[in-house]
Amino acid sequence: MEGTAVRGRLTWQVATVSQLVDETATVRTIDLQVPDWAGHQAGQHLDIRLTGDDGYRAERSYSIASAPGEPLAITVERLEDGEVSPYLTEDLRQGDQFELRGPIGLYFTWDRARDTGPLLLVAGGSGVVPLRAILRYRERTGSTTPARLLYSARTLPDVIYHDELDRYNHDHGVDVIYTLTRQQPPGWTGRTGRVNAAMLADIAWPASQNPLTFVCGPTSFVEAVADALVGLGYPAGRVKTERFGATGAPGGP
Amino acid sequence: MDALDGNAIGGLLQEVFGADMTAAVGTCAFCGRVGPVAETVVYLRAPGTVVRCRTCGNVLMVLVEVRSRKCVDLSGLAALQAS
Amino acid sequence: MSPLSRGFHRRHQTPAGEEGRVPPGQYVTEDFPVLSAGPTPHTPTEKWTFSIKQGGDTEKSWSWDEMSALPHEDVTADIHCVTRWSKLDTHWQAVSIDTLLAQVNHDAGYVLAFCDGGYTTNLPLPDVTGGQAWVAFGYEGEPLPPEHGGPARLLVPHLYFWKSAKWVRGLELLDHDEPGFWETYGYNMYGDPWKEQRYAGD
Repeated sequence: MEGTAVRGRLTWQVATVSQLVDETATVRTIDLQVPDWAGHQAGQHLDIRLTGDDGYRAERSYSIASAPGEPLAITVERLEDGEVSPYLTEDLRQGDQFELRGPIGLYFTWDRARDTGPLLLVAGGSGVVPLRAILRYRERTGSTTPARLLYSARTLPDVIYHDELDRYNHDHGVDVIYTLTRQQPPGWTGRTGRVNAAMLADIAWPASQNPLTFVCGPTSFVEAVADALVGLGYPAGRVKTERFGATGAPGGP
Repeated sequence: MDALDGNAIGGLLQEVFGADMTAAVGTCAFCGRVGPVAETVVYLRAPGTVVRCRTCGNVLMVLVEVRSRKCVDLSGLAALQAS
Repeated sequence: MSPLSRGFHRRHQTPAGEEGRVPPGQYVTEDFPVLSAGPTPHTPTEKWTFSIKQGGDTEKSWSWDEMSALPHEDVTADIHCVTRWSKLDTHWQAVSIDTLLAQVNHDAGYVLAFCDGGYTTNLPLPDVTGGQAWVAFGYEGEPLPPEHGGPARLLVPHLYFWKSAKWVRGLELLDHDEPGFWETYGYNMYGDPWKEQRYAGD
């Protein structure tokens, strides 16, 4: 059911894990069943709350990886020193439960009826999660809005949703450009190195086309990209940003 | 520890204000910068949550949970307009 | 009733036998969490000074070199953060506030510590004297890193650690208790972890 669920009190609801999918060696997608889920907009996130036996609680935020209308899902990256992400990516089993509230955040959303301009999506690491929700929503609704995703990852095995993104590239009119910053496979002809002003000048839509941009990833990545885009003539108000902790998710590991 | 942005406290703000505030527009009482709450600089790892102006660094909002009650100080904002 | 998340637990447990060292509501961590209300300042020691002010005047000021020449000591302390973590047996290299205040004539009842970045915190004078408080510039034998308050921070381990102000640049001597940053936003004016004085009114 697609809903807007944007007003009113946020309440904690119980979610049950229905499916777990390993995306990479350290990243897992968790499908969730939430009885009274009222829907969301592409780009929004959830807060989750875990409560241990001794009553100890931890809260974290994760972007929604699914499009409106699909089963609700989040994608979590395991952080070395994390307290919550190792639990979600390694210990969690089908049938387990935790609490969540959402959807949260109307600023970082793309709505095909409301928003105009070609889409530029720039992802650093696990920042690709909400952008993939946007691409899925774009496809589900049959939108022909031109879209381009520039996705920075350390290595090819670290690319989340790799097969799905490759399908977009070839079949669905979305340009997907990867840049691998740490190591490339033999024969790699794609881009390498961190996203910088020169790469963006090459890839970004001309400012004259009034693009709408979503940048998501670690704080330093987001700030470098946003500054570079403004330098290319993008109005700051048309560059939407969501910073994740150096940890990989909004709010910390 | 890098700062985050107003997206990271979307849930907390919705709990306090009863509506989404990430897209709400705030005006800094110190330098006059106008922008969405989502674009503020947020320090989460502290005895409270501190929200600062991206231009001048002054404190716009502080949210503290005191004995399970959420308290919010908005004195650094000259204006806050929900969208 | 919150559903329990099967198998989820906090990362660190209080070591057996140490429970008596841990104030109520705290848990022991091996980490040293970095908490901050703002960006990390990076003041070079050539520009650093520590001042004692009173009534708008600077009574006494030390440069980094002058502070380094003062007698300093190794301090071992348990520290307790109001966010509920405690860390046992931390080691600091520090100058006692007694040493600094001995060089100033005053009859102040309170101090307000002030810091790079604008942070402040208030303490009664008896709590920063009598060997209870220091200006710390070394942690575990190394120069205090900026994220933990370097070049120097206040160290007042008998109170919640928000009173051990990072990036400290001086003390203002006052005749009244003036709320600092967190005290203004609802935290306790004094902050005794053994009485769980976290918030105003506790």
